[in-house]
Amino acid sequence: MIRRVVGFFGDKEYAGQRRRLFYLILVLIVVADFLVPREHAEFLWDRIPGWSALYGFGSCVLLIFVSKFLGHRGGLMRREDYYD
Amino acid sequence: MTDFIHPALLFILGSLPIPFFSGLIRKTYLVLIPALAILAVVAMSPGSYGEAQFIGQDILVAKVDRLSIVFATVFTIMALIGMVYALHLPRAGQHVAAFVYVGSALGVVFAGDYLTLYLFWEGMAFASAYLIFAGHGDRAIRAAFRYLMVHVTGGVVLLGGILLHGAATGSLSFGPIAGAAIDGGLDPGAYLILCGFLLNAAVPPLNAWLTDAYPEATVTGAVFLSAFTTKTAIYVLARVFPGLELLVWLGTAMALYGVIYAVLENDCRRLLAYHIVSQVGYMVAGVGIGTELAVNGAASHAFAHILYKALLFMGAGAVIYVTGRRKLTELGGLYRTMPVTVALYMVGAFAISAFPFFSGFVTKSMVVAAAGEDHRALVVLALTMASSGTFLHTGLKLPYYMFFGTDRGIEAREPPRNMLVAMGMAAVLCIAIGVFPAPLYALLPYPVDFEPYTGQHVTESLGILMFTALGFVIFLRALDPENTISIDTDWFYRKGARYFMWFAERPLARYEKAVSDVSETAVLPFLHGSARAGLRLDLHGVDGVVNGVAHSIFSGGGVLRRLQTGLVTHYALAMIAGLIAAILVFAVVWR
Repeated sequence: MIRRVVGFFGDKEYAGQRRRLFYLILVLIVVADFLVPREHAEFLWDRIPGWSALYGFGSCVLLIFVSKFLGHRGGLMRREDYYD
Repeated sequence: MTDFIHPALLFILGSLPIPFFSGLIRKTYLVLIPALAILAVVAMSPGSYGEAQFIGQDILVAKVDRLSIVFATVFTIMALIGMVYALHLPRAGQHVAAFVYVGSALGVVFAGDYLTLYLFWEGMAFASAYLIFAGHGDRAIRAAFRYLMVHVTGGVVLLGGILLHGAATGSLSFGPIAGAAIDGGLDPGAYLILCGFLLNAAVPPLNAWLTDAYPEATVTGAVFLSAFTTKTAIYVLARVFPGLELLVWLGTAMALYGVIYAVLENDCRRLLAYHIVSQVGYMVAGVGIGTELAVNGAASHAFAHILYKALLFMGAGAVIYVTGRRKLTELGGLYRTMPVTVALYMVGAFAISAFPFFSGFVTKSMVVAAAGEDHRALVVLALTMASSGTFLHTGLKLPYYMFFGTDRGIEAREPPRNMLVAMGMAAVLCIAIGVFPAPLYALLPYPVDFEPYTGQHVTESLGILMFTALGFVIFLRALDPENTISIDTDWFYRKGARYFMWFAERPLARYEKAVSDVSETAVLPFLHGSARAGLRLDLHGVDGVVNGVAHSIFSGGGVLRRLQTGLVTHYALAMIAGLIAAILVFAVVWR
């Protein structure tokens, strides 16, 4: 069972199914976020449906590019023998 | 039968006979002691145990309350899991070190005074360093020395703080420092204590010892390391500095710091180590916020974190154990040969990423909710961003490049059964806490009024996580691991030490030589000459004057001696002469 589940995420033949499933989940989450009751709203963004999707995607992109910028241009990344 | 058995004692004394056992007896013993320790923690009731006097100070070996019980519970559970994971090791060294390490961590958790705390604190440092030294190889031994030196320095700072604070307040009892809630109310000793604690919590810029040393430890040792040192630090921070504003910002910065570095990392366990820094950031921030919900959040997140982080380290360790490779650029395609490891690792990854029905969901969100309740918008946004980063690396990047990605045709198999069993135990707990948080909530120091499973919270979390995954899929190529290392604050002592040695060997040594040259060629002859001149002056000048004065005094004495003849007639003559002179003077003045 475990082998089949793990295989589904790794094997090439399921790539199309994986992609469809993934997009379906994304759509479902956004739809659910529009339908869910919002009694507790501490901040402004708590009232915006779909905010978390936007913020999650934005955070991810920001983290990737800020880090890589710091690594390449900021000089944080060095050759492996830097300390030798 | 006493109602309190110190679990630290069980582990530390229990470590002594390990080398004398072998085979099945040793394995049974290694599992039995942690199991007994769990029972000891479950059976104990709050109170003070082991009061004594030492060098005029009150010692309290064990002070049991709800906060210490939470940490002790997870520490003993973790000790059991870690031991099962390490059962296959043929040599006793690491088992003994791990026992002493766990025992010392428990000693800190129950310490009622600073002297007891300090003793166990140092015990932790040395026992844990062994687990890195045992990694063998040049890199491990160098990293272990750096680790030990940083911790010994931190220990000295802590001791200095303890002594200053003790002198200022007259008490070494371990508890909240008055004024912690109001900034600027700390005495210098308290600041030093804070520095010692922050170092063990790996708060940047004092974080580099962790990410430098943990990936160099043994496969089984790193599992123990990931659990105890930083979480002990969280415990002492929660005990002494709850509500310290500084901690909120340090913790928030720390949560992002770890995530940013994790993007750059190529070593699988170093990536996980940066996520310890990030996750401990949530706990530090929780302690800093200091409300009941926040401290509950910090404690429960520490509980959950120990289990899922150990599970992740066990998964990465299993890969290293089987393949001997640790760099993401050299791994890939293992899912076919290690499916069980993949599945168990992913449970840990879902737990750390706070997916619904996994432990992180019910603990991490408590810290974030506490920040929200305290109206800290920036902290909420930053911590949410760090959650996105956590899933990005631990849940997507690491498993993708380690288990899926490019198939490098590595020959692999599942790790030994005991490793899988240990991972299974941690995985079960990660899910159990996520599905039934009530028992964990009941353990927490304050009553819990928090419901993680609201529709809004579930869709929000899934939105953050799954759209992070979308970002990952779109920008996958930008995340390809690169064959590099990253400069962290250990640069200052790794390169700094080299510059210092260069300075000592070149300019300083040259300066020293120049000074001795000048003294040999110029100063020494000058000193000789002036000594000779002094001698001459002494012989002819000073001695002459002294002799002359002595001679005059001697001859003056001779004259005086001649006056004192001892003859009555001479004295009478002198008296008569004096009398005549007096009469003459009297006559002249009178007239």
